[in-house]
Amino acid sequence: MEAGYITLNMAPSGSTAKVKGLTSNGNIRRRMLDLGLVMNTDVEVLQKSPSGDPTAYHIRGAVIALRSEEASKILVEINPIV
Amino acid sequence: MVLTSRSTGPGVLRNSINTGHEAAGTFTIALAGNPNVGKSTIFNSLTGLRQHTGNWPGKTVANARGKYRYGDREFILVDIPGTYSLSASSVEEEVARDFICFGEPDATVVVADATCLERNLNLVLQTLEITDRVVVCLNLMDEAERKHIRIDLKKLAEKLGVPVIGTSARSGRGLPELMEAIYSVAVGRIKTKPLRITYDDIIEKALKRVEPYLFNLTGGKVNSRWVSLKMIEGDSSILNTLQEYLGYDLLKDRDVTGELRSARQGLWGINSDGARDMIVSGIVNTAENIFRDTVSLEHRDYNSLDRKIDSILTSRIYGIPVMIGLLGVIFWLTLAGANYPSEVIAAFLFHIEDLLTAFFTWAGAPQWLYGLLVRGMYRTLAWVVSVMLPPMAIFFPLFTLLEDLGYLPRIAFNLDNFFNKACAHGKQALTMCMGFGCNAAGVVGCRIIDSPRERLIAIITNNFVPCNGRFPTLIAIIAIFIGGRVPGVFGSFVSTLVLMGIVVLGVAVTLLVSAILSRTVLRGVPSSFTLELPPYRRPQVWRIIVRSVLDRALFVLGRAAAVAAPAGLIIWLLANIKIGEYSLLSHGALFLEPFARLLGLDGYILMAFIIGFPANEIVMPIIIMSYMSTGSILELDSLEALRQLLVSHGWTWLTAVSVMLFSLMHWPCGTTLWTIRKETGSAGWTLISFLVPTLTGIIICFTFARVVHLLRLI
Ligand SMILES: Nc1nc2c(ncn2[C@@H]2O[C@H](COP(=O)(O)OP(=O)(O)OP(=O)(O)O)[C@@H](O)[C@H]2O)c(=O)[nH]1
Ligand SMILES: [Mg+2]
Repeated sequence: MEAGYITLNMAPSGSTAKVKGLTSNGNIRRRMLDLGLVMNTDVEVLQKSPSGDPTAYHIRGAVIALRSEEASKILVEINPIV
Repeated sequence: MVLTSRSTGPGVLRNSINTGHEAAGTFTIALAGNPNVGKSTIFNSLTGLRQHTGNWPGKTVANARGKYRYGDREFILVDIPGTYSLSASSVEEEVARDFICFGEPDATVVVADATCLERNLNLVLQTLEITDRVVVCLNLMDEAERKHIRIDLKKLAEKLGVPVIGTSARSGRGLPELMEAIYSVAVGRIKTKPLRITYDDIIEKALKRVEPYLFNLTGGKVNSRWVSLKMIEGDSSILNTLQEYLGYDLLKDRDVTGELRSARQGLWGINSDGARDMIVSGIVNTAENIFRDTVSLEHRDYNSLDRKIDSILTSRIYGIPVMIGLLGVIFWLTLAGANYPSEVIAAFLFHIEDLLTAFFTWAGAPQWLYGLLVRGMYRTLAWVVSVMLPPMAIFFPLFTLLEDLGYLPRIAFNLDNFFNKACAHGKQALTMCMGFGCNAAGVVGCRIIDSPRERLIAIITNNFVPCNGRFPTLIAIIAIFIGGRVPGVFGSFVSTLVLMGIVVLGVAVTLLVSAILSRTVLRGVPSSFTLELPPYRRPQVWRIIVRSVLDRALFVLGRAAAVAAPAGLIIWLLANIKIGEYSLLSHGALFLEPFARLLGLDGYILMAFIIGFPANEIVMPIIIMSYMSTGSILELDSLEALRQLLVSHGWTWLTAVSVMLFSLMHWPCGTTLWTIRKETGSAGWTLISFLVPTLTGIIICFTFARVVHLLRLI
């Protein structure tokens, strides 16, 4: 994969990242797109659940929990802190 | 027995799609929208019906219909399951899409959450692609105002090209305007000009090639632009439905397939995933632009309060303890609060029994009739009412409160990892919460789980959550054997701990059995899972109390009356018709005795569980009646008297615990099994759903009784 990108599950809580691609396909990819995870969408990492998985994300005004399995198929670039 | 689409999801749901056109002059209106935006609330207000509502996505899983009149017309409103998209990646989405697309509604109302417009626009735009006759209902305006989110409704309506009505469904604000708009669109008084999304050039070019052919072929029966889009993105599910609807296979048409092929070639090697990316991006970006132009946020961090609450309720350190604490508080209030009203109701009802007795004596009624009606039917009923009504009337409002606040999805979030480890679905936690109300409802609720495998796991294990028929049994036994024994506040504290222990055991067994199923008959890996954590909403406390008492508690009462009274009659007969020395009941109990002993029970108890198959509510009453008919008859007007009755029939603490364990884990009641049969469409899975909890209960009760005896704890 392109340099500089990490997968969403690696993004630390509190950070904001931009979607740079999806590595899933078929149904899962479709579901991610339906959540609004298209190119350059900002995703804020909120917090992990008590046992560390899943993680809550702020995506286009909604809070969505994704298991790390799914999040690991989303490539992102961490936004610099402003 | 294989996992076919018939035995699980779509097979069941598909039946519920029909065109829904009834009398001429009647309009059919589809109520679509994202999950949890208030569709059912709107449905209820307009039709006066009572679909259940709750602050979590997936509350409604099947199409519900209701009627209302507006002006000179009758409208049939169809509450379809909430979906984020019409891409049909789950059963509900398919149902929603098929209804909007092929159900030929006269208008489609897309309900959207005003506090989360950007995401909701996704579905609005997708709907606009399929049909022209759309009304957008922007609900939860009160919440939006509270969060200082300003939405320019006029501009939004201009951009979308369809009427946009702001509403607060819970207080009824805006609903008259909504009905007016629906009317105007349905009769064609308002001509809509729905926004058409312009896609990436490549897609548009491909569309231009395919669409004319499809238009000719279908004669305008379906929206050819939309069908072309679906064909370009290679959505196969739509093709099957289309074939059913049109009566022929589009792909058999040479022209269409030819054009489709060259259109695909025109995509320059972009595969169907790529095409879909472009199409969805087109929609999402349009939504983003519209959102920017019509919404202004006074406070950028309008939901910071929610985040703060979440950072406690789902935090690493406090998440689970708070969850257990909340459960504990609810149970404690239920147990401690129910005691006194129970006594009062019991005293009252048994006073009436005395009056009835006096009346029967005065009228000179024959002894058998008196026994049948008063000792049999009335007494069972009185017992059920006084013991079950108070805890239900306390528990359900509290539970509904949590539900309306939006806490249930947080439970699912907290527990998901455990379900993941068991190779099950995180939303299983939600279906378990539904099971608290009624396992049959829980089983139907399992439709929110898309993966057929995980859905079956959730169905089979739902019975490990004590429903409102078994919950009072647990409470009664705890009250009799623990609450009554340990004095004062400490008593209700210990009672609460025991009740929590039972429920937590139910959850643990659910996880364990799910894990075992995932490694045996339902082998597989966890499917993808996304869960929305909805914004917290302020619950309407009074409405909750009124509703819970009226809907739930009276429902339980009604069921108790319907089942317990005739059951009381039958049991009285069983206990009084004698063959030889013993009654029929005793014969049955004697036969079951040896096996029941192994489980820490006795023959009468096991018999009661068997007779209680139609409804779990009556298990305790049956036990009591059997004892009363065999032993000395005493006045049963207090918990202490009840305890003495049980003890005099050999109950020990082992019996009490065993009854609770067996109550938690035995066969599902008749209604639940019937529902499982309907939901899975398979006798095999129904049988498994019967066997799994039954065998689990037998194994656990047997082991427990063995251990207690071996350790000489008794
Ligand atoms: N504050 C406020 N709450 C509302 C309003 N409309 C609905 N609610 C609440 O929002 C929650 C969800 O409502 P439902 O009617 O169950 O939503 P739904 O769209 O049918 O949800 P699903 O069946 O899961 O798709 C409930 O707790 C309602 O009481 C409103 O206008 N204002
Ligand atoms: Mg609903």
